[in-house]
Amino acid sequence: MSAASDRELPPLLEDAARLERTWAEQPGLVGWLTSVDHKSIGIRYLVTAFVMFLAGGVLAALMRLQLSRPENPLIGPDLYNQIFATHGTTMMFLFAVPVMQGLGIYLVPLMVGARNIAFPRLVAFSYWIYLAGCVFLYASFLMNTGPDLGWFEYPPLSEQIYTATRRPDVWAQLITFTEVGSLSVAVAIITTAFKMRAPGMSLDRVPIFVWAEVVTSFMVIFAMPAVMLASTALILDRLVSTHFFDVDRGGDALLFQHLFWFFGHPEVYIIFLPGTGIVSTLVGTFARRPVFGYLAIVLSLVSTAFIGFGLWVHHMFATGLPQLGASFFTAASIIVAIPTGLQFFCWIGTFWNGVPTIRTPSLWLFGFFSVFLLGGLTGVMLGAEALNSQIHDTYFVVAHLHYVLIGGAVFPLFAAFSYWFPKMTGRMMSARLGAWSFGLFFTGFNLTFFPMHVLGLHGMPRRVYTYLPETGWGTLNLVASAGAVFLALGVTVFIVDAVWALAAGAEAGDNPWEASTLEWATSSPPPNSNFIEPPTVAGRDPIWDNPPDQPVVVGLRTDVRDVLITHVLDAEPDHRIEFPDPSIWPFLTALASTALFVGSIFTPWAVVYGAVPVFITMVGWFWPKKPDEGGTQLWPIRHRTLPMPNEAPAGGTP
Amino acid sequence: MLGIAPSVLDPAGPQAAHISSLWWLMFWVATAVFVLVLGFLLAAFLRRPRARVPITADRTLTRAVAASAVVTALILFGLLVASMWTSRAIASLGAASAVTVNVTGHQFWWEIEYEDAVPSRRVTTANEIHIPVGRPVVLKVTSRDVIHSFWAPNLHGKRDLVPGITSAIWLQADQPAVYRGQCAEFCGRQHAHMAFEVVAEPQAQFDAWLDAQRQPSIAPAGDAAIRGRDAFMRAQCILCHTIRGTGAGALVGPDLTHVGSRGKIASGTLPTTAAGLAQWLRDPQHIKPGNQMPPSPLADGDVQAMAVYLESLK
Repeated sequence: MSAASDRELPPLLEDAARLERTWAEQPGLVGWLTSVDHKSIGIRYLVTAFVMFLAGGVLAALMRLQLSRPENPLIGPDLYNQIFATHGTTMMFLFAVPVMQGLGIYLVPLMVGARNIAFPRLVAFSYWIYLAGCVFLYASFLMNTGPDLGWFEYPPLSEQIYTATRRPDVWAQLITFTEVGSLSVAVAIITTAFKMRAPGMSLDRVPIFVWAEVVTSFMVIFAMPAVMLASTALILDRLVSTHFFDVDRGGDALLFQHLFWFFGHPEVYIIFLPGTGIVSTLVGTFARRPVFGYLAIVLSLVSTAFIGFGLWVHHMFATGLPQLGASFFTAASIIVAIPTGLQFFCWIGTFWNGVPTIRTPSLWLFGFFSVFLLGGLTGVMLGAEALNSQIHDTYFVVAHLHYVLIGGAVFPLFAAFSYWFPKMTGRMMSARLGAWSFGLFFTGFNLTFFPMHVLGLHGMPRRVYTYLPETGWGTLNLVASAGAVFLALGVTVFIVDAVWALAAGAEAGDNPWEASTLEWATSSPPPNSNFIEPPTVAGRDPIWDNPPDQPVVVGLRTDVRDVLITHVLDAEPDHRIEFPDPSIWPFLTALASTALFVGSIFTPWAVVYGAVPVFITMVGWFWPKKPDEGGTQLWPIRHRTLPMPNEAPAGGTP
Repeated sequence: MLGIAPSVLDPAGPQAAHISSLWWLMFWVATAVFVLVLGFLLAAFLRRPRARVPITADRTLTRAVAASAVVTALILFGLLVASMWTSRAIASLGAASAVTVNVTGHQFWWEIEYEDAVPSRRVTTANEIHIPVGRPVVLKVTSRDVIHSFWAPNLHGKRDLVPGITSAIWLQADQPAVYRGQCAEFCGRQHAHMAFEVVAEPQAQFDAWLDAQRQPSIAPAGDAAIRGRDAFMRAQCILCHTIRGTGAGALVGPDLTHVGSRGKIASGTLPTTAAGLAQWLRDPQHIKPGNQMPPSPLADGDVQAMAVYLESLK
């Protein structure tokens, strides 16, 4: 509590102790299942997503093994198709989106100075649903029922008559799992960022990472329903013989692609916008100055999100679109590079007028800059309809998408892990191992994926389990496979580093990087209540900007989970609300929902029978509480009192 | 004939040439942008460490960043114009007359049909498209089952074969050669082995080929070929394949009337030699696991004989 340590009137010790007891999780397994603390859930999300990253990585390694030489007899088409489809599905749905949401769950409440995330039980529920989705996919894969038609499962190939196995159903239901989980988190993050900010944190002072998470969450809310429509229509076609995509019965094979890519392209931004949010945060910290062009960066995020919904058709240029339509989507695909370019210039400008320091996270930032830039440039090429017709669905695209997604999300994530690891654990990771893992990962990445550009230009299509020797693709494939070894080593060193740091890392202190955002204004790891004294802020970079006598929030009860709610625009205190205590119901509801989702693969009746346990658990969840038990039914009347001193937070911007 | 390795950067037709020019334009622009941006980033790091610059001193920086954004927009606009110009140039070859070929995708082979006003003069073949050099060709593409994508990189970009939709692309080859192409849209277990060849030859040779293809199959000559034909007619083969001039007339698999004249079998997977054919006939599921041709119950002698017979179907 460095921010509060030199206050004139420290809170009474027993008051602080009571506060900590109030916000504590229950001990043991019960505590683990009932936790509604955003820190625990966020870390679980991160760890689970990282495990999924490793699982998807193992699958990728198997593919590289198979493709290392022509006509390799190692893996047959049946298994290979499951491997590449499960790899893509894992990385997109079970790693990239959840890991960014997990980071948001952990950081957004801390960055805005809140005691917990909004709708904590919903967030707990979303984690259990997400975990169930992971277990479901890998259990299916191990039982030889993994999806085998790519992460996109185009009909008619995925229709019953062409694929009579349960594999497409597994994919479609996995979408449902992801869907439900990520929509819940999106709602919670938006609400936290809009209604639970520390007094003084008006919208123009919201940390850029929080902006990125908010923008992403809105994209989730608009994009995810499209893929839910697509996957639900698909499973209906398969389960009860509707004919959405059945060409012979008046269905349309391309309808699925439109729905899928209306989600699928924004998905790319859903994955890398939080990455750019991480970068903006770290650039400020490691340039030792406020990030340049706050407004430009925030508007870039917002405009990317808008334009991002207008270019899905560039995934479908090859279907033969009328020229005028293709031109429109070409223009949109190229225009979307402008806001991201602007962000790049702002980051370079920040370093230019700052005092750049090189620590482990800034190495990963360098990886982001070079790799993501290259991926963006090949993205412009893919946006151009004429050129797209040649490089679409080739290894050029495989290279491009890995430069964008690993560059735009994984490099920032490794930067984020090493940057926030001290906050989450209280311990520093090793600088030496960090440099090694970055070096290996960066080398391995480029060795693996750069040659794929050339392979694509020489005609190698995606999603092939083998190729003939006379194609001449053998050498570059071998190079790519060799690169994968370095990649794996880099990740291994990172894991060793993290485990070692957990056990024996140096004490981190509250703010090891001398950063400016509120998560560093509390202890590492933060106390149960996040902030013993909830902060108020006087600028965009509170730790740098706040005067020593900056007031704190007082008047919140310490015997119940009292939380301050503020206004959307100016973060003026509005009212208080009691947050829920730990609860087993989110876990039980997730179990019941999982049974329904999995059952409906086998029979439509599962939706009927499965609804009963879901209903029962939801009744348990929403059971009204008596007034003296706390709860929400008196809200907001009883808690209308403003807890703040009368002074208005300092306005204006620096 | 000269076989050309597939490559986007080795264009052999007007469309591929236009696209390849667009590629090089974009490649050099992208290279320049990459070097410049990383150069500035490096320079920002290498500048002598300074004290924290007051935010009010950022005006020059604001101008520089704004100027960079404007330049970015201008470059992108230039690329957009180039892209649209290329799209327009390749959309149609605009010729008054063209050879018309229907291409129908199947799991995992290509049905090729040459149109003719006289139905008996239409030609059906598989996996090998002959076109006359220097003349525009219109391909009308569709699919009988799932979505495939037609792609011969040296000639043109790809076009999806979508069931229920027929769309047309133009092609033209400027040099006589054999161009390899491959299915580019994931279509199932044997997507990897769904290749084809485009044989571009002088007009006279093309006409001769087309005429030959119109003929019914030749009668088997020699004991082995006769035994092979008899085995073919006796076995399950006739449930799926056509050999015009014989009793085999099913339309499920590739037309085999002139299979011996084609360079490759099994969609560009094996050479059309007696050995290659025998290998395929013995166990198609070993070479392309998951393809639609069932394993054959034929005796080894029948397999050899059938390979001889099929190879003779020039």
